[in-house]
Parts: sequence; C-alpha cells; structure tokens
Amino acid sequence: MIAHHLPILQIIVPLMAAPICVALRHPRATWLWALIISWLCLAMSVALLQQVLATGPISYELGDWAAPWGIEYRIDTLNAFVMVIVTAIGATVLPFAKASVEAEIPEDRIYLFYTMLLLCLTGLLGITITGDAFNLFVFLEISSLSSYVLISMGSDRQALVAAYRYLILGTVGATFYIIGVGLMYMMTGTLNIADLSTLMPAVADTRTIQAALAFLTVGLCVKLALFPLHMWLPNAYAYAPSVVTVFLAATATKVAVYALIRVVFTIFGGVALLDVIQVRDLLMGLAIIAMFTGSAVAIYQLNIKRMLAYSSIAQIGYMILGLSFDTVTGVTAGIVHLFNHALTKGSLFMAMGCVMFVIGSVRLEDMSGLGKRMPITMAAFVAGGLSLIGVPLSAGFISKWYLILAALEQGWWPIAMLVVLSSLLAVIYVWRVVEVVYFRLPPDGVEITEAPLSMIIPMLVLVGATYYFGIDATTTLDVAGRAAEALLGGLK
Amino acid sequence: MILEQIILACICTPLIGGILIAATGRSPNLRETVTLITAAVEFTLVASLFPVVMAGEYPTVTVLEMLPGLGITFTLEPLGMVFAGIASFLWIVTSIYSIGYMRGHSEQNQTRFYICFAIAISSAVGIAFAGNMMTLFVFYEVLTLSTFPLVTHAGTEEAKRAGRVYLGILIGTSIGLQLVAIVWTWTLTGTLDFKPGGILAGKADGPMVAVLLAMYVFGIGKAALMPFHRWLPAAMVAPTPVSALLHAVAVVKAGVFTVLKVAVYIFGIDFMHELGSGIWLQYMAAGTILIASLVAMTKDNLKARLAYSTISQLSYVILGGVMASGIGAVGGAMHIAMHAFGKITLFFCAGAILVASHKTEVSQMRGLGRKMPITFGCFLIGSLSIIGLPPFGGVWSKWYLALAAAETDQLIFVAVLMISSLLNVAYLIPIVVRGFFSPPDKSNAHSPHEGEGEHEVKHASPGRGDATAPNVWRVRGFEEAPITCVGALAFTAAGCFVLFFAADAIYAFLLPLAGGGAP
Repeated sequence: MIAHHLPILQIIVPLMAAPICVALRHPRATWLWALIISWLCLAMSVALLQQVLATGPISYELGDWAAPWGIEYRIDTLNAFVMVIVTAIGATVLPFAKASVEAEIPEDRIYLFYTMLLLCLTGLLGITITGDAFNLFVFLEISSLSSYVLISMGSDRQALVAAYRYLILGTVGATFYIIGVGLMYMMTGTLNIADLSTLMPAVADTRTIQAALAFLTVGLCVKLALFPLHMWLPNAYAYAPSVVTVFLAATATKVAVYALIRVVFTIFGGVALLDVIQVRDLLMGLAIIAMFTGSAVAIYQLNIKRMLAYSSIAQIGYMILGLSFDTVTGVTAGIVHLFNHALTKGSLFMAMGCVMFVIGSVRLEDMSGLGKRMPITMAAFVAGGLSLIGVPLSAGFISKWYLILAALEQGWWPIAMLVVLSSLLAVIYVWRVVEVVYFRLPPDGVEITEAPLSMIIPMLVLVGATYYFGIDATTTLDVAGRAAEALLGGLK
Repeated sequence: MILEQIILACICTPLIGGILIAATGRSPNLRETVTLITAAVEFTLVASLFPVVMAGEYPTVTVLEMLPGLGITFTLEPLGMVFAGIASFLWIVTSIYSIGYMRGHSEQNQTRFYICFAIAISSAVGIAFAGNMMTLFVFYEVLTLSTFPLVTHAGTEEAKRAGRVYLGILIGTSIGLQLVAIVWTWTLTGTLDFKPGGILAGKADGPMVAVLLAMYVFGIGKAALMPFHRWLPAAMVAPTPVSALLHAVAVVKAGVFTVLKVAVYIFGIDFMHELGSGIWLQYMAAGTILIASLVAMTKDNLKARLAYSTISQLSYVILGGVMASGIGAVGGAMHIAMHAFGKITLFFCAGAILVASHKTEVSQMRGLGRKMPITFGCFLIGSLSIIGLPPFGGVWSKWYLALAAAETDQLIFVAVLMISSLLNVAYLIPIVVRGFFSPPDKSNAHSPHEGEGEHEVKHASPGRGDATAPNVWRVRGFEEAPITCVGALAFTAAGCFVLFFAADAIYAFLLPLAGGGAP
C-alpha cells in the first residue's frame, strides 16, 4: 500500500513536515525533525529508484484523476536518479547543518531556517517527480521562494542584496517558463508532459511553439545559471549561509538542468524543431563559453565561496555541453556530471563551511597556513579540488572521460580539446588556494582547530563518495546510460 | 591464484608501509625501520615475480571495473618487470641513503617525506604492472600528485614556484594531450589493453596516426621530451634523495617507460615501421639529446647539470621507442636500467657533497675530491657509465641503440649518439678532474655564504659548515658524508659495474619486446 503511494509521499512528507517545524520552534527540535524527514526522503527516493530500475517507469495519478486531465507524477530512471541525488545531499547536509547553522544564524530564526530548507527540498523534489508542466512551475516557485529566504539569512549584509537579485532574476526565469507553458497549452490544450510530447510534432512548425521553446529554454537557463544568465549565482552562493550554499549548489542548479532535459529531450524530443532553430548549437556555444569564463573568473576571486560559485558556472557548462551533443554518450556524460558535480561541489562547499565555522571567514588572505590548522578540512578541500580538475580516481575524471569520449565519437576533436583546456584552468584556481593554505605560515599558531565532528563526518562522506564513484563508476554510468537511452531512444 | 595476490601485494605493500610510517611518525628510528622493512618486502615480492615472466607467462589480474568494459588491470610483461625491479630495488638503497641525508641535513616534515615516497613507489610499480592504458594513466597521475609534496618539501618561495612548474607541465600535458589521446584510442579500437603487436594496426591510418603518436609522446610529460622538459630542472629544488630516486629513476623512467609501452603495445613496432610516422619524433628525440647536453654544459649548479643530463638521457629511450625497430625498443628498455644506476649514483654523490660540505655549485668543488675520495670516485664511475664506456652498464644500451640506428639505415642517429657521448664527457668529467686535481679554493673552504643553491636558505642553522657537525663522517682525515650516504652511493656505483656483465641476461629477458621486429 505504502509502496504504491510512495511517489506522493515523497512530496507530502517534507511539505507537511515544514509547518510542523514552525510549531516546534525549538532550535534543536526543529533540526532533529528536519534530519529525520531528510533521511526518510532519502529512503523513499532510493526505494523509488530501485522500483523503477526493476519494473520500469511508474505513473502515479494524483487523486486518481487520470492523466492528461489530472496531475500525473511520472518517474523514470532519470528523475528517480535525480531525486536520489537531491535527497542524498539533503540527508548529508542536515547533520552538517546543526553546528554550522547555530554559528551563523540567530537562534530565534533557526526554526524558520529548517522550515524553509524543508520547503526547498519539497520544491526540488516536486520539480523532479512531476509529469505535469504547470505543476513543475508551482514547485519551481516553491523551491525558488524558499531559497530566496534561505539566502537572505546569510550573516553578511550583502546576502540581502544577493537574495534580492536572485529574486528578480529567478522570477523573470520562472515567468518566462510559465509563458512558455502557456504558449504550449494554447497550441496543444494539454499540460501533461508525456501528452505534450506526443502532440508536439503536429504543431511544431508554428511560430507559437517556437516562441514557447525560446521562453522555456531561456527561463530554465536562468534557473540553472547558464552563461550569460548566471549573474545571480556568484553572490547568492557566496553570501548565503554555508549550509544553504552546500545544499543549493549541489541540488538546485542540478534540478534546473533536469527540467531543461525534460523540455528539450522529452517535450520536444520527437520534433526536428531543435535542428531548425539551432537551440542545440546555441546551447553548445554558450556551454563552451561558460566553461572558460566561469573558470577564468574563478581564478581571480578572493572569496573562496565565490570562487567555487564561478567554478559551478563552468561545471554547469560541462553538463549542458554533454546534453547538447544529443547522443547517448553525450547525454550520459551530462547526467553523470550532474551527479558527480553534486558530490564534488557539495564536499568543497562543506569544507568552506568548516573553515567559516573555525576562522569566521572564507577569504583567501585569511586562510594562510590553514593546512596546518585544519588538516582534515583542507585535505578534503584538495580532494574535492582534484575532482574539479578531473584527476583519475575522482568522480570528475569520469565526467571528463565521457565528455571527451562523446566529442571524439562525433569527430569533434576541437571540442574535446576545449574540454581539457578548460579543466586545466581548474588547476590554477584550485592550486592558488593550495599554495596559500600550505605554503604560507599561519598567522596565529599551528594549533589544530577543526570543526566539530558533526561537520567533518558529512564532509568526509561526500569526499568518500566523490572517490568511490570515481573508482567504480559502473553503477552511476549504468543508471545515467539507461536514462539517456530512454530520453533519446524512445522518441526517435 | 597466489600469483595474482603477489601482484596486488606489490601495489599495496608501499601503501601499507605509508600508513605504518604515518603511525610511527613520532619515533624516527621506528619509522625508518618501517621504511626499510617495507622496501625490502616490496623488492622481495617484485623479485619473486621475475621467474614467472622469464618462463614466458604473462599473468593478468583485474581489480575492478572502473568504466564499463574498462578496468584497473595489471599484467606482467618483461618491460614492466624490469622497471618495477629497478624502482623497488633502488628504493631500498635510497631509503638507506635518505636516512643519512635527511638527518644529516636536519630536514623538516620527515614523516610526510617518507609517506609520499612510499606512495610514489606504489604508483611507479602500478605503472610498471599496468595492463591497460587506463590503469597506467591512473597511476601516472597519482605519481605526479604524490611527488608534488616532495618537490615542494622545503616550503620556500622557490619551492612553491618550482611546484607550479612541476604540476603545471605534468598535469597540463597529461590531461591536455595524453588523456585525449587515450580516449581517442578507445573510440578507435574499443580497447586499451597492452597487446603485443599493438592494438591500432588496421584501426587507424594516415596522418592521424602521427597526430595520435605525437599526442602520446608529448602528453607523457614525464618523459621530458623538449619542449616539455622544464619541470625536471624545476624539480631539483627537492631534497636530493627525491631527485635521485624519483627524478632520475621512478618518475622520469615512468615517463619513458610509458612511451615504450605505447610504442610497443599500443602502436606496435611493425605498424609504426609500416607508416613511418615516427620519423620526425626521432628527430625531436635526437634534438633533445643534443640540446639538453649542451645546456647541461652551461649549468654550474651540480643538480641542474645532472637534471639536463637526465633530460638528454631520457630521449635515448624515446629514440629507441620510436625508431620502429625491435632492437631499438630493447635498447631503450635496457637504457632505463643502465641509466638508472648511473644517474642515481651521480645524484647520491651530489647529495653527499651537499651534506658534507654544503657545496652545490660545480665551481666550488675544487679539490673537494681529496676530502671526499669515495664520493668523487663513485662519481667518476657513474659518469663513465652514463658516457657509455666499458666496463660499465651504460655501454650496452648505447650499443643496442646504435645498432638499431644502423639497422634502420639512419646513420645520423649513430652520429648523434656518439656526439652525445662526447658531450657527456665534456660536462661530467671536469667535475671529477676539478675535485681531484685542482688545489682547494681557500676562500671557499670555510665561507658559509657562498652558493645560492636551493638548500641554502633554510639551513642557516647552527653547526652548518662546521667541521664538528654530525653530518660529516670523519675517517682518516677525510670528510665524507654520513656512512649510510656513502654506503648507498658506493653500492649503486658497484651496480653500474655489475650491470656490464649482467647485460646479456637483461637482453635475453627483454627480447620478447622486439616481437616480429627483431633482426
């Protein structure tokens, strides 16, 4: 019985848990509550993934209203996988959150923090699970609104400006998306994604649909921060509370990438439209520019969280590049990188959370000699940085391997070279930090002062996962490969 | 079954040793004992595999699948055995030497030093045993990263800059070129296994193969083919044992070893011969041999001179690999062994001179041979082996390389080899001559301020340059380096001599490499 209703429980549980946080109010109690919920969500999403892998896609009709009239939750390999990523990050972030949040957020607002975090989780899971284009918008707004609040809770006053900026751009993006959905509805009379994809070829030649595609793509690209629509991201990540940065960096942009995959490969998958107006070439071009500008700008950042944020922009470029190949290998590369990067960036931002906790700053000049003071955290940072570079045995290597493979398969060797060249830029910005941290003398003694274990352990778990999935990538590649085949194969 | 476990044990032993070194870091004596025992166990394990390969068996063991259809696999074959044997054997000698050197020089962070050293050896053996290009690449990168803390050991501004060059070139070439070449090979052939006769034959042709070969050869930055050689002189900022074992043996040999592997088992000698795509690479290698020798002559810093000498010698091996001749590949492989013993001796001597007298520049070494006769005597032996004079090992590898050049009708390379030998004489022998026959330079003898060598900065400690310092082994009026240092360098010098007579055995052992290309 429960197994049957798992899809809706996946959303209802965190959604209902959020208001209970407000009722609980006590900081510790709300934390514990959110922790339990996040682990429950992880268990459910793992169960769903297993179910999908065993028996194929699941369709769940809300209130037994049959699709396309009612709202359908439709789970296939791809979104089951993305949900596991989101909930797994949630489940690792919450143990980490306790000490970090207590240090960075006033005690009387902590319950609000966890309320918003749960709502954000709900929104992200909702975007992923739903099979309805309008419902997706609703969840997009839930996740966005809660993340504006979360970002604004940052201790720096600039957090308010950053949140406001994100609010404006995020709203523009969401509005573009809903305009696109509206235009599609005009032409097809349906909001169900599966239904849209079957009806689309008949109306694909109309200008309305072309406009819809443009609005959808641009709207989602704002949310996923594809160059040049990334302006909100660096400050939002840099000034948000550490926990929020970890959570958003590892999940929010990934979910937006997922939404783009749905639009491009499912809704418009059966149409040759994409070739006509060259969305793919456009995405590829922007992705490559993102790879270089993101990394190049990262080199000059003095705030390390901001540096990692720019690195994220570059990494999003890799994901979009993989997708834009429009081949099974390419899409696999994109999806795998989505997963690998969530782990990598999660562990890096967690390391920065630990640094923030101990020395109260994440600026490069304050981090001199930190390798001696915080050996574990800095080792984790280096390990994460190596994964960004794409050193073998790290998860980042697997992504790079597949991206290069996808490019060479098509005979596009200049793109393969661009991928490796841009990843060499990562060497520079990671090593800048390494040099300050290991080669300069610490200003106030070399006493070892690490963050509490409750922060260290989740960080090490993510670092461990980064290397586990870099050494044995067969599982992730299998899942991503199946998802890619389903996306491309089913409709061609 | 037991064989597979031994192969895995060869990779794991240094790693376990590294953990134990970390655990015993508080007690230097215990820590050094652990290092020595680990090194001895490692060599015993590697040595126990020789009879298997000699019997013509090439066992394979797959550890895990990393990507679908592509796993971490180890396969034994003669070339890898020779490399692993040398690396693990010289690790013992270097460990003994390091103990004297590191203590005599009172270096900081010795535990980290020994741990990274152990990891580096593990990855060198991993490279040697790699059964496919993917495995090799993994260990190649681990080797780069694990040696970074060794190169920057001093932690000074100069070490930091050297570290940048080191990492920049090695990571840059390996990810920028080698990785792409590997993926390209994978898309062409669907396999990355090292197979006798190569895997590319019939799968690729035309100028594409030349491009691919170039991407490999330049992508293997550790082989220090010009213009990607700058990292090696930069790495000389490291403590001398690192320069000796890693930057004369393990790391650089890993580079040329990889080149040979790619030439013999990815491209295949016959295939390269057919296409003739290696010709311009032969000229690149020949150019590197001569230019690096010429640069070496201009260097006054002893370690820098030896570094350029290494660059030059490495290209002998590359030349052997790309000459597309079976005998050339065997000659190149032999040169890995011969050069290893010769060059490690020279580096040991350089380190001993530094420890005992704090001299880093050749021009300061007037008359020093009278104080340190053993060290300078061994330096002479090492030099003669590098030059390629009997009765030392170096003569044989040069002989076979010259033979290969003659066989492929490229007499120009015979000439290059001969000129290079003369150049070696020109930049190595004067050091010995100056040491023994020049009168000691009075003004230099006790001045602690000369020499802006890389080690000078941090060793402005009490007792430096003082004749009563514990880093001098005084015997019969001589002032040699600590006995472990001198013992190690005398041992490797003796090795050069032994190799002269062992050459036949090594040749027979390596002959399967030549495959169909043998005369």
